[in-house]
Amino acid sequence: MAEAAFQIADVSKRYGPRWALARLTFSLERGKSLLLTGHNGSGKSTLLKLLGTATAPTFGKLTLFGLDAVSDREAIRRRVALLSHASYLYEDLTAEQNLVVLGRLLGVADPPAAARAVIERVGMTKRADHAVRTFSAGMRKRIAIARLLLKKPDLALLDEPFGELDPEGIAVMEGFIRELRAGGTTVVLATHLIEQGQSLTDTRLHLAEGRTLEAA
Amino acid sequence: MTLLQDSPATRKPPGLLAATLVVLRKDLLIEWRTRARLNALVFFAISTLLLFSFALGANTTALRQHAAGYFWLAIIFASILSLSESFRIEGENHALEGLKLAAIDARAVFIGKALGNTVLLWGLGIVLAPLSIAVFDLKVKMSLWALFGIIGIGSMAISAAGTFYSAIASNARARDVLLPILLFPVLVPVIISSVGATALIFEGDPMGQMRSWTGMLGVLNVIYWALGLVLFPRITEDI
Repeated sequence: MAEAAFQIADVSKRYGPRWALARLTFSLERGKSLLLTGHNGSGKSTLLKLLGTATAPTFGKLTLFGLDAVSDREAIRRRVALLSHASYLYEDLTAEQNLVVLGRLLGVADPPAAARAVIERVGMTKRADHAVRTFSAGMRKRIAIARLLLKKPDLALLDEPFGELDPEGIAVMEGFIRELRAGGTTVVLATHLIEQGQSLTDTRLHLAEGRTLEAA
Repeated sequence: MTLLQDSPATRKPPGLLAATLVVLRKDLLIEWRTRARLNALVFFAISTLLLFSFALGANTTALRQHAAGYFWLAIIFASILSLSESFRIEGENHALEGLKLAAIDARAVFIGKALGNTVLLWGLGIVLAPLSIAVFDLKVKMSLWALFGIIGIGSMAISAAGTFYSAIASNARARDVLLPILLFPVLVPVIISSVGATALIFEGDPMGQMRSWTGMLGVLNVIYWALGLVLFPRITEDI
């Protein structure tokens, strides 16, 4: 059997009195892509946050690339990128400055050059020197994608990546996901656009109230 | 993806010092790009200082006697604004989570942000010092450099404790109220030592007390910075 990108073993996550995920078990092979579906509040974002080590499981064991999600989270964070509802951008910095900061933290060889390259890739060169505060939601999403490209992750976690994008942006995003897959990156894609998602992924996990309803 | 030539496997993530410098540089750059906020901080501190002088009226003896206290209270009140702001920018778009997921050492975030706050408060103190001397009609009996030094180590202690508590308060609903409630009691020994040392600058030090006050400030700095380094990573993982 191929190496697993991640293994979720009986994982639960509680926020205050509410269980966002309950006793979830699932694994995904490296290089495969997963479509995560479910209604709002079904636990999709929580699962992505757990896989991105942004939060820790309340119970159960989660491993990514054979590493424990709690004790080895620093090593995992270097290999995983999360495109979430939050852009993680500093509003008062320009798009380029935001990416240079990230590039320096990731140890990228030439952060300014790398930042310019990924900005060009997402079609934001003309706005590279503008403060993020002046950007529309779609533009912020594009810079958030540029962050993901800069990281070059082994596992890309995409939470509603088509949201806030115009048709051109959606086409660009689909291209990115195909590129990621072709490059061997494991992709987990959470979206309400099921048909679009299915055309980009190998397998599907449907969640309802934090539990697996269907895995195919 | 062939967009970037380097591979994550060959990347060398920055060590603690380099990561600290990235955070410090980023914070100072944000302050520089939002100078209106910086100006507001300076004017708030100046207003506070002037209000103290108006409150005491024409009693110049009392003003002179307590000038060091008013000076540090103006800095501490203003510090609440800058410390809150320091974590407000991290809360926007969950930027702090973004730093965390970039696998940065949380201690680098603490040191970088605390040093950034120190620079701001130190600068503020340097701006306020000549104004205080003029408003309260003070004479500098010791070196002005010694005054700047005391402002520096006092600012470091305020920033270390303040950065830690503003991180805790940043996720609370009533964070603007919570921060001073948490921070002011912890800063009492810093206020006492800083005011004591600053008063000696203006009144002279015939009894050789300066070493005791600066020693106390040094010890408080060691305690606050050490506690921050140990505890900050735990609170950021919970944010």
